[in-house]
Amino acid sequence: MQRFILIRFLQGIFALWVITIIVFGISRSTGDPAAIFLGIDASAETVAAFRERWGLEEPIIVQYGLYMGRLLQGDLGESLRYPELGAGGAVFDRLPATIYLAGASLLLALAVGVPLGVLGAVKRDTGFDHGGKIIALLGQSMPNFWLGLMMMWLFAVNLGWLPTSGTGGFKHFIMPAITLGSFQVAAIARLVRSSMLETLDSEYVKLARIKGVSEWKVIWKHCFRNAALTPLTYFGVIAAVVMTGSVTTETVFNWPGTGLLAFQSVLSRDFELIQALVLVFSGLFIASSFLVDVLYAYLDPRIRYN
Amino acid sequence: MADQFVPGTQSAEILVYQPSRIRQARRLASRAWQLPKFAVVLLLIVLVVPAAFADIIAPYGPLEAPGGIRERLQPPVFAGGTSDHILGTDKTGRDMLSRILHGSRVSILISAIGIAIAGSVGVTLGVIAGFYGGKIDALIMRLVDVSLSIPPVLLALSLATALSPSFRTVIIVVGALLWSIYCRQVRGDTLLVMQQDYIDRARVAGASGIRIMFRHVLPNITNTLIVLATLQVGFVILLEAGLSFLGVGLSRPTPAWGLMVADGRDVIITAWWVALWPGLAIMLTVFGFNLLGDWLRDRLDPKLRQL
Repeated sequence: MQRFILIRFLQGIFALWVITIIVFGISRSTGDPAAIFLGIDASAETVAAFRERWGLEEPIIVQYGLYMGRLLQGDLGESLRYPELGAGGAVFDRLPATIYLAGASLLLALAVGVPLGVLGAVKRDTGFDHGGKIIALLGQSMPNFWLGLMMMWLFAVNLGWLPTSGTGGFKHFIMPAITLGSFQVAAIARLVRSSMLETLDSEYVKLARIKGVSEWKVIWKHCFRNAALTPLTYFGVIAAVVMTGSVTTETVFNWPGTGLLAFQSVLSRDFELIQALVLVFSGLFIASSFLVDVLYAYLDPRIRYN
Repeated sequence: MADQFVPGTQSAEILVYQPSRIRQARRLASRAWQLPKFAVVLLLIVLVVPAAFADIIAPYGPLEAPGGIRERLQPPVFAGGTSDHILGTDKTGRDMLSRILHGSRVSILISAIGIAIAGSVGVTLGVIAGFYGGKIDALIMRLVDVSLSIPPVLLALSLATALSPSFRTVIIVVGALLWSIYCRQVRGDTLLVMQQDYIDRARVAGASGIRIMFRHVLPNITNTLIVLATLQVGFVILLEAGLSFLGVGLSRPTPAWGLMVADGRDVIITAWWVALWPGLAIMLTVFGFNLLGDWLRDRLDPKLRQL
C-alpha cells in the first residue's frame, strides 16, 4: 500500500513537472515574450527592463531554471490586471467562489443523478429507463453556456423569478449550479446505472431477495452501497472537470470565480495569470486524482497489488 | 468479475429471475428502440444536407445582411416576424437560418480535421506502445497521463492567447486534447491483439514489426476506432462551441454556432432567438452523434461500454 501511494505520488509530481515545461514552452514558443506580456505599444526602455528582469537574454535552459526557481518559491508570476496581488494571489483570491459553485453543482448532480441511475437500473428497459437515458444523452449534448443563457432568458428576464447574474443569496446559486451540473447529472446517472446493473445481478442480492428482505432495503442497502464504488473513481475526475468547466458558466452568469478570471485575463491578454491558472488547476486535478486512487486502493485491495 | 461467483448461479437464477420469452422479446424491442435510424436522419437534417447544399437551400449568404441594419433583430416568423427571415435576424440584420445552415460546414470541418489529426497521432503512439512495451510503453503512457491532467479549457485559453484565435488554434487544441484518449484505448487493444496466436505465427513467418503493426494489429482494432471517433465528434463540436463562445476559438464573422450563441448573449434580454437556434443546432448534432456512437458501440465493440 505504501509502495502504491509512493509510486502514484511520484507519477503525479512528474506530471506536474511536465506541465510546467509545457506552460513554459507555450510562453516561449510564440516569439518574444516581452511582446506578449507587455503588448506591442510598450516603450523600448520597458521592454529592455523586462528582458533584463526575466533573464530573456540567457539561454533557454537557464530561463527555464529561473522560471522553476520562482515557481518553487511559490511565485506564480505577475498579473497586469492585479499588480498588487500577483498572478498567484489573484487565483487564490477567486478560488473560494468557484469552489462554492462547484460544490453546489456537484451536490445537485448527485441529488438528481444518483436516484435517476438507481431507478434506471431497477426499472431496466422500461419507459422510465429509456426516458432517463434519452434525457441524460440530451443533457450531455447541450452546450452548458447555452443552457445557462436559455434559463436566464426564461427565469430571470421573462418570469423574473431569479436574478440574472452575480452573487448574493441562495437564489443566485440556482441557475449557475444547474448550468455547471447539467453535464454531470447525465454522467453520474449513467455510471450509477451501469454499476447498479452489475450488482443487481450478483449472488448476495439474490440471496437477500430469497431471504425476503424488502425491495427498498435490497436496492439501497445491499446494492447501492457496493455499486457506489465504481462511480467514486470517476468522482475525482468529475470534480476536476466541474472546477475547470466553470469558465463558460461563470462567464455567462458573471460569477466572480476563477473561471471568470480566466475569461477576463484572456480579454486583457494577462498571460502570466492564465499560466498561473493552468498550473493551479492542473495541480488540483492531479491532487484529486491521486486522492481518489489512494482511496480506491484502500477500499478495493485488488487495485493496489496490480 | 461475474466468473468468480459460479457456484450456485443457476439455482438462484431460477428462483429469483424468470427470464421468460416475454422479457427477451421486450429487450429485443428496446434494442430497436435505440433508433440508429433516427440518429442518422437527425444528422442528415441538421448537419449533412445543410453542409452539402448550404449555398442552394440557404435563402441568403452567411455574411450577407439583405435588409441592412434596418432589418436587425427581427423575430422569427411565428413570433411576429416576416417570412423573409423564418428564424429571425441577428443584431446586424443577417438571416439566422442562413447562418445556421452554413455553420454546419464549420462544425464538420473542425471535427473531421481535429479527429483525423488526434486519431493518427494517438493510434500511432498507441500501437507502438502496445507493440514494443517496456520503456517505450512506459514513456508514452506517462505522456498520456500528463496530457489527461491538463485542464482542457485552460490549455485552450493559454494556447489561444499565445497563438491568437484562429481555425488553426482550434485544431491544435482539439488534437492536443484528444490524442491521449486514442492512445490509451489503442494501446490496450493492441496488448490484447498481441496475445493472439496469429501474431506469433506472423513473427515465425518472418513478418517485420511494421508489417505486423499495419497488417495484423491495425485491422483488428478498427472497430474501436470507429466507435471512439463517432463518440468524439460530439465532444469536439461542444469544445469548439465553448472556445468560440469565450472568444478564443474561431473569430467573427465566421458562421460558427458557438460564436452565434455568444452574439445572442449580448441581446438575450430583447432577442432570445439569436442564441436559441445555434444552440439548438449544436445540441441536435451532438445528440445525433452520441446516439449513433452508443449504437455503434453496442454493435461493434461491447467492451467499450463503460458507462
